[in-house]
Amino acid sequence: MSLLSGEDLQALWLTLRLATTVTVLLLLLGAPLAWWLSQTRSRWRRPIAAVVALPLVLPPTVLGFYLLMLLGPHGVVGRLMAALGLATLPFTFQGLVVASMLYSLPFVVQPLHNAFDAIGRQPLEVAACLGAGPLDRFVSVALPLALPGVVTGAVLGFAHTVGEFGVVLMIGGNIPGLTRVVSMRIYDHVQAGEYHQAHVLSLCLLLVSFVALLATSLLRSRRHARA
Amino acid sequence: MPEAEHGLYAKLAWRQGALALDVDFDLPPRGITALFGPSGAGKTSCLRAIAGLERGGRGRVTFGKQVWQDDAHRVFVPPHRRRLGYVFQEPSLFEHRSVAGNLDFGFRRAGRPAHVDREGLIDRFGLRALLDRRVDTLSGGERQRVAMVRALLSDPALLLFDEPLSALDVAARSELLGCLESLHASLAVPMIYVSHNIDEVARLADHLVLLDAGHVVAQGPLQATLTRLDLPPALGEAVGAVIEGRVTGYDAHDQLIELAFSGGKLWLPYRHEVVGQALRCRIGARDIVLARAPVAGSSALNQIPCRILAMADADHPSQCLVQLDAGGSILLARITRRSWHALGLAPGNQIWAQVKAVALGA
Repeated sequence: MSLLSGEDLQALWLTLRLATTVTVLLLLLGAPLAWWLSQTRSRWRRPIAAVVALPLVLPPTVLGFYLLMLLGPHGVVGRLMAALGLATLPFTFQGLVVASMLYSLPFVVQPLHNAFDAIGRQPLEVAACLGAGPLDRFVSVALPLALPGVVTGAVLGFAHTVGEFGVVLMIGGNIPGLTRVVSMRIYDHVQAGEYHQAHVLSLCLLLVSFVALLATSLLRSRRHARA
Repeated sequence: MPEAEHGLYAKLAWRQGALALDVDFDLPPRGITALFGPSGAGKTSCLRAIAGLERGGRGRVTFGKQVWQDDAHRVFVPPHRRRLGYVFQEPSLFEHRSVAGNLDFGFRRAGRPAHVDREGLIDRFGLRALLDRRVDTLSGGERQRVAMVRALLSDPALLLFDEPLSALDVAARSELLGCLESLHASLAVPMIYVSHNIDEVARLADHLVLLDAGHVVAQGPLQATLTRLDLPPALGEAVGAVIEGRVTGYDAHDQLIELAFSGGKLWLPYRHEVVGQALRCRIGARDIVLARAPVAGSSALNQIPCRILAMADADHPSQCLVQLDAGGSILLARITRRSWHALGLAPGNQIWAQVKAVALGA
């Protein structure tokens, strides 16, 4: 018997695909958001920062439940999407991506926000005086200087998406090849008393998390050594 | 160029913490204007407001024919559209770029203009050997040199230097001051140079704006402004003459040079000047002794015939300031009231100003 069954491999592949998609999208979305949070003096800054941080303290099942209500065929967003001729999101891969993005948002935005804050205003003022406009300053000064924060955010976002359970259960169900991620699969194995398979899959996730953290720390120390 | 007829004009008022600033500058379109004053006078705040880095000030800023800020008409041009060359007090280089990457940041954005002599500036500031270095391996003086050339390469219309030498050690400071002096002669655009060091100001500036407690207390040509008798006591040691002349002789044995200026000749310590070059020299008001007649047995090397123009009270009640005319150059002497009366001095008198050579040369 091979270590991993076909279904287990499918779940593993799906999980990696989900985590990668979510991480890439979150970086694209989270970097401008974190940048705005670090630069703005708007009075909306604190409420929006609080909303972004909400998934840190909110039980995943609560988040999943609200999303299900909102995105479902009778929810506001669901009906809007139906009116636009789009398929509803719950119990699809896309639905999982949306839910995971919300759930992992603070894990990407907060390291980025801290990194942008740590740059201070001086390098940006220097860039402005040298003729760089706002977007130019973001791309050619803020992002490169905040690179450690980008890496940390990506790793945390990825690892966090790989490990989620409650949100997936609520919004994704447990459809093989579509929404059945590794954490669901482990739960199924344990329920069925298949501890050996549960062990193998759990070890896989443990390894992914460990390698991700180790890689970040090595990358950081290399930057430090050069500096 | 029509722009050349107008310099920088700024009339701004704002509060910065405990300091209320209310300034009104009208600066010439050429040369170096020093923004001089004691610490906490608001010099850096003024420079940042001119650059548009602080938006707190209300009023109007124009440069040439461009309106940079006009709150009455809701006009505010952001710093990146003002074509500035700003050098900060702390050399702030981009840590993620090499020296060359830093230098080219503004140069590239200015469109690599052909009239900006990139190679010449790199050589003049001694950066050729550093181009590939990471900026965190540079010394303080090297970093500030990179910051200056980076600003010059961005093809600025106005240079703003905020105490660029104050964070450096003595050797680096004197080296950079030399670079700036040589830059002065070839500078095509105006510069505002913030400093609280009168020797730097005396060597570099053509014009002077004196700032105290957030207000402009005097502005005008350097020599005329520094020898005014009505300057506030906060400026203390800064008042005094700056004379401009040409090196006419070098005594290798005594290590002295001879400086010819409109009022005569002065001996001063040799500091690698060459005969024929133009030179500025500051004569502090404390370093002048007045005598009715030339004195034979004195150690003061320099004795200059002058005419007394005016006398005014100094900050201490025992002292007074005497304004002297030495063949067109204005000198200022700080003496005691007792001496003024003992010598029976009055405006219009002929007098000899004795200057110790060791007190001269920054």
